[in-house]
Amino acid sequence: MAELLFWPALLLYGEAAVGYFGDARRPGSAGRAATWGVRLGWLVQTALLVLQAVREDGFPWSTWAGSLNLFVWLVVGAYLIWGCRGAYRLLGLAVMPLAAALLVVARAGGGTSAGARAGSPDSTAFLVLHVGLVLAAFAGFTLAAALSALYLWQERRLKRRAATILRRPAPSLATLDRLAARTVAVSLPALTLGIVVGLVRLVARGDRVDALVVATAVTWLVWCAYLGLRLAGWSGRRAAYVALAGFVLVVLVRLALPVSHFT
Amino acid sequence: MRLVLVGTSHHHAPVELRERVALDGEQAAELARRLGEAVVLSTCNRTELYVAGEDADAAEAHAVAELAALEPDVERALYRLRDQAAVLHLFRVAAGLDSLVPGEGEILGQVRAAHELGTPGYLLDRVFRQALHAGRKVRAQTAIGESPASVSSAAAALAEQVFGSLEGRRILLIGAGKVGEQASRSLRSRGAEIVLAANSRTDRDALEAELARADVVVSSTSSRGLVLDAATVERTRSGRQRLFVDLAVPRDLDPAIHGLDGCYLYDIDDLEAIVSETLAGRRGESARAEAIVAVEAEKFHEWHASLDVVPAIASLRARAEEIREAELRKADGALGRLDDSQRRAVESLTAQIVNKLLHLPTIRMKQAAVSADGVIYAEAVRHLFGLGEDER
Repeated sequence: MAELLFWPALLLYGEAAVGYFGDARRPGSAGRAATWGVRLGWLVQTALLVLQAVREDGFPWSTWAGSLNLFVWLVVGAYLIWGCRGAYRLLGLAVMPLAAALLVVARAGGGTSAGARAGSPDSTAFLVLHVGLVLAAFAGFTLAAALSALYLWQERRLKRRAATILRRPAPSLATLDRLAARTVAVSLPALTLGIVVGLVRLVARGDRVDALVVATAVTWLVWCAYLGLRLAGWSGRRAAYVALAGFVLVVLVRLALPVSHFT
Repeated sequence: MRLVLVGTSHHHAPVELRERVALDGEQAAELARRLGEAVVLSTCNRTELYVAGEDADAAEAHAVAELAALEPDVERALYRLRDQAAVLHLFRVAAGLDSLVPGEGEILGQVRAAHELGTPGYLLDRVFRQALHAGRKVRAQTAIGESPASVSSAAAALAEQVFGSLEGRRILLIGAGKVGEQASRSLRSRGAEIVLAANSRTDRDALEAELARADVVVSSTSSRGLVLDAATVERTRSGRQRLFVDLAVPRDLDPAIHGLDGCYLYDIDDLEAIVSETLAGRRGESARAEAIVAVEAEKFHEWHASLDVVPAIASLRARAEEIREAELRKADGALGRLDDSQRRAVESLTAQIVNKLLHLPTIRMKQAAVSADGVIYAEAVRHLFGLGEDER
């Protein structure tokens, strides 16, 4: 059954990625079709996650691949908050190919199947809090990075005085800058809380600090710096570069360190 | 009833000629009254008289005479269209497809105003209502009117690309050039406010103080040298984004301003390149808009053609109803034994027979009307059923 849901979700995310590409070339029906692809794909993936939760004994997304599946769902869900508006379709061009690719990686690692045990000895409540909060924060950072990338692209068009600048709708620089900052301001407390919950469990069980914990802590520091610098008056291009540096660490934590954190 | 259009536009007459036949609202309304069933559309790009009448030649001659009375030279620049050609022309005008700037939005309001000031009968009323519908539909279903079509509106649209909403944004206006004034008007219409309109007598310190707080700087002086250099702009930096619009030739603003962080400088060439690009986009949408207009014009044609057969259809139905009622009266003695519900059933039955018999001929006559055979069919029906013979 999970197989039956995975393929439509991937197909719809793929259609959205292609549609957004077509929309960037010629705004119109391709963009609308892409937005529907995102909506329907997200609903199908929601059904997939519900099926996994029902079938499995315990928290089904504590494995590296399983958490990647949940991460994709959170990123697309966060994108949907703005993605339905025409001006934000260019953001979909950054988000949806990534979402489709990560969903494939999650499946390759067995993170989209249902019916097997999660294999984690940790309590479900702890995993929901720790994994859920950290992944939600990372999804927020991913979206903030996409907004920052869109900011840099839009700023570059303004600096290049591109004659086509008014033919392709994009959110204004001020809007992108503000939304990126707000997204980080919401995501950072979630990451902080997720890390605290993890550290409490780590100390209580007397476990050792692994590479994933260290990389996550560095990521936290970079995003703290982002907010601190913004409070100090940084905005625009410089803030966008810091956000992209923070996203590189998110990618490192999510993809380059596929360790089994809870086994 | 025939439809006649006589007029001139920017395609056929230079402004020196157009301005002599241009009419204000009151004059247009007065002329429409003199023409009978008419609507007068007069804008800066066109003066067109739409007249409906049984005698198309007479209506056209009257319209030409009225325009020639305003300016005799205009006669050589007039175009004259009739019926469906006139309808299609009006639909294209309402959709902005005949405008100097394709898709410009002002024309739709001007067509509406002309309709309200005119003296239309059922035909012109229907033509103008459907033209307005076609114009709205083109704007809703294509992107023909979405991009700015002038330097001033391009400057305002660029400001929105930087700041989003312009509500409360501060404009520093340097110089009193016409284009600069238009640009600042365009910005104000989106909610921005002018904090200082500087000229050569404005104190330099006051200018720099406002420069530090301004979001948009619009400059259009006739100065031979730079009015604002990059060093001054750098000195007044406040960490915010700023848009500089230089509409002057020679340029007022130091090109090096564009290299400063958070500063975007656009001169007249940059803005004209943007406008040219958006106009190309509008022309690209024109094909879709033309298709919509053609469909709407065809719908109107079908409606108009059906008018030829409507009297014959109405007469046929009236005759059938007359026969049905007469036959029911004849059978009244035999039906006397029926109770009320049985009588109603008989009436319903006979009405249904009449309706079913006439349904297909009615449809076929309306179809024939569209293909120009409507009059022949209508005559045939009148002849076959003896319609109107009693009156003779």
